[in-house]
Amino acid sequence: MRHGKYPFIIGFLVVPVALYATFVVAAYIQTFQLSLTSWSGLGKIDYIGFDNFVKLWHDDVFWKSIKHNLFLLILLPIITIVIALVFAFLLNVGGGHKGGQTRGVWGSKVYRIIFFFPQLLALAIVAVIFGRVFGPDKSGMLNGLFPASWKPWLFLADERYAMACILIVLVWQAVGFYVVLFSAGMGSISTDIYEAAALDGATRITLFFRITVPLLWSTIQVAWVYLGIAAFDAFALVNIMTVDRGGPNGASSVLSLMIYRNAFDFSQAGYACALGVVLFFLTLTFAALTLRVTRRDSVEA
Amino acid sequence: MTLVADKPATKSAGDKPSAKRDINAFTGLAHIALIAWALVTAGPLIWVVLASFKNNTEIFLGKPFALPSSFSLQTYFDAWSEAHIGRYFLNSVIVVIVSTAGTMLFGSMAAYVLARYRFPGNRFIYYLFVSGLAFPTFMALAPLFYILKNMGLLGSYTGLVLVYIAYSLPFTVFFLAAFFKSLPYEIEEAATVDGASHTRKFFQIMMPMARSGLVSITIFNIVGQWNQYLLPVVVMTGPGAESKYLLTQGIANISTSAGYHAQWSTLFAALTLSILPMIVVYAIFQRQIQAGLTAGAVK
Repeated sequence: MRHGKYPFIIGFLVVPVALYATFVVAAYIQTFQLSLTSWSGLGKIDYIGFDNFVKLWHDDVFWKSIKHNLFLLILLPIITIVIALVFAFLLNVGGGHKGGQTRGVWGSKVYRIIFFFPQLLALAIVAVIFGRVFGPDKSGMLNGLFPASWKPWLFLADERYAMACILIVLVWQAVGFYVVLFSAGMGSISTDIYEAAALDGATRITLFFRITVPLLWSTIQVAWVYLGIAAFDAFALVNIMTVDRGGPNGASSVLSLMIYRNAFDFSQAGYACALGVVLFFLTLTFAALTLRVTRRDSVEA
Repeated sequence: MTLVADKPATKSAGDKPSAKRDINAFTGLAHIALIAWALVTAGPLIWVVLASFKNNTEIFLGKPFALPSSFSLQTYFDAWSEAHIGRYFLNSVIVVIVSTAGTMLFGSMAAYVLARYRFPGNRFIYYLFVSGLAFPTFMALAPLFYILKNMGLLGSYTGLVLVYIAYSLPFTVFFLAAFFKSLPYEIEEAATVDGASHTRKFFQIMMPMARSGLVSITIFNIVGQWNQYLLPVVVMTGPGAESKYLLTQGIANISTSAGYHAQWSTLFAALTLSILPMIVVYAIFQRQIQAGLTAGAVK
């Protein structure tokens, strides 16, 4: 081709590919490699086969963390999607029908702007805020709201509720984003469909289950995958917000925090990499399962 | 007014009032639910602002939404200078400007070439980038740390910016490649006939044509990189790193030390200072931000 196609192509690709190869690809490959070593992070690298994975199998904290990640993985998508779908429906279709147009309830724009805002805040900042909201004495927002005669709730300092608190914060931040996402999807559903259904005497509840949900199914699927990935993370929340980082007594430990602490606090780089490998396969399994289980005959809007 | 009451009015006049009442009840309930969630969303943020004006006694009094007894900006001055929020803020601004610019430049260059030129290895490189979307960032924390250490980039903005760019590339390339592919070929061909070079075509013809896609993904990257916490925590370590902390890191750091020094109001002032700019930016660019952040999921 004229003008030297190849020098151009190479010139455009060399920097991005080099950056990506150095910091991303190499790091991922080394994760797999180092997972087979007992490397502390300094000095000699000894290969120990699958010993790290055997150790994992007998590690209580690991199983606790897996349990907590699964707790988030199941509940975070379900709760967020249900709340977001209902609100998106109210905002877009809930106001009924006027002048040939299906509309949302009055003020829907304002609601959408408020709901979406938490999405803009860093999870780290949200974690600091909610660390105080859940404060275990009267200085905490929730304990402050409770009647003065109540004994203060411990929230994050209580082993039984620590994970629930984390779940609540994740839902609080996520709902608005999915309201906007689902709203965009609902906007593309033809109003003719709603009109036709309304002519047949369908109630709004019927509209929701028979029209909105099936037509939004592919968006819901995407939401499910995104929220699942968020459930595997939660690092900032657990690291900043919880008692003793992952406590009390391991009650809020998650995989991402285990990886971080083994790599940087406990000088167990090899073990951290083994955890990384497990995390990788878990994420992959989750994505594949979601796409398989939620597969449906697609409905064209 | 409503779906049900409007249309079948001719069918039976007797139905109409009851249907209407039904709908009004529904709309009323809808508003109650929506207002409740709006309060749940805004409540903690309002509480943070109120608490930033209160002294410790007032904070521990337990009336979270009571107005502060006096208004003084002293806590804000403390947060800005003594708790270094000003510096952290500036650090974040600089890092995000440089890294987002780098991400957009390199990301769109790679995406363009991969989307519109045929050459051996094209698909391989494309899938290499896209496969990055499947890997969680923190699985490779330890190796990433030692790669940076060996290159002498720990605790430096250069290191952080390069890492930000590298980890933003998969999504940027994936999104922009699809976008460049969808642009028409005719204008580009005409430019070739006129003798424009490949580089010139990219900067003068394709980039302007891809503007809407570029805007969305730029917003996506700015917000994503501004909110990063994990990568700064890993990269910004070592001697003297504290003065280079980014905002997220700095706030987290203040929150752990606030408990010891019992300076809660300074923490709340620091939080307010970090939230306020987001509110201002959001108020101005609300539509673009919503579109940018949801762009990835809609595509």
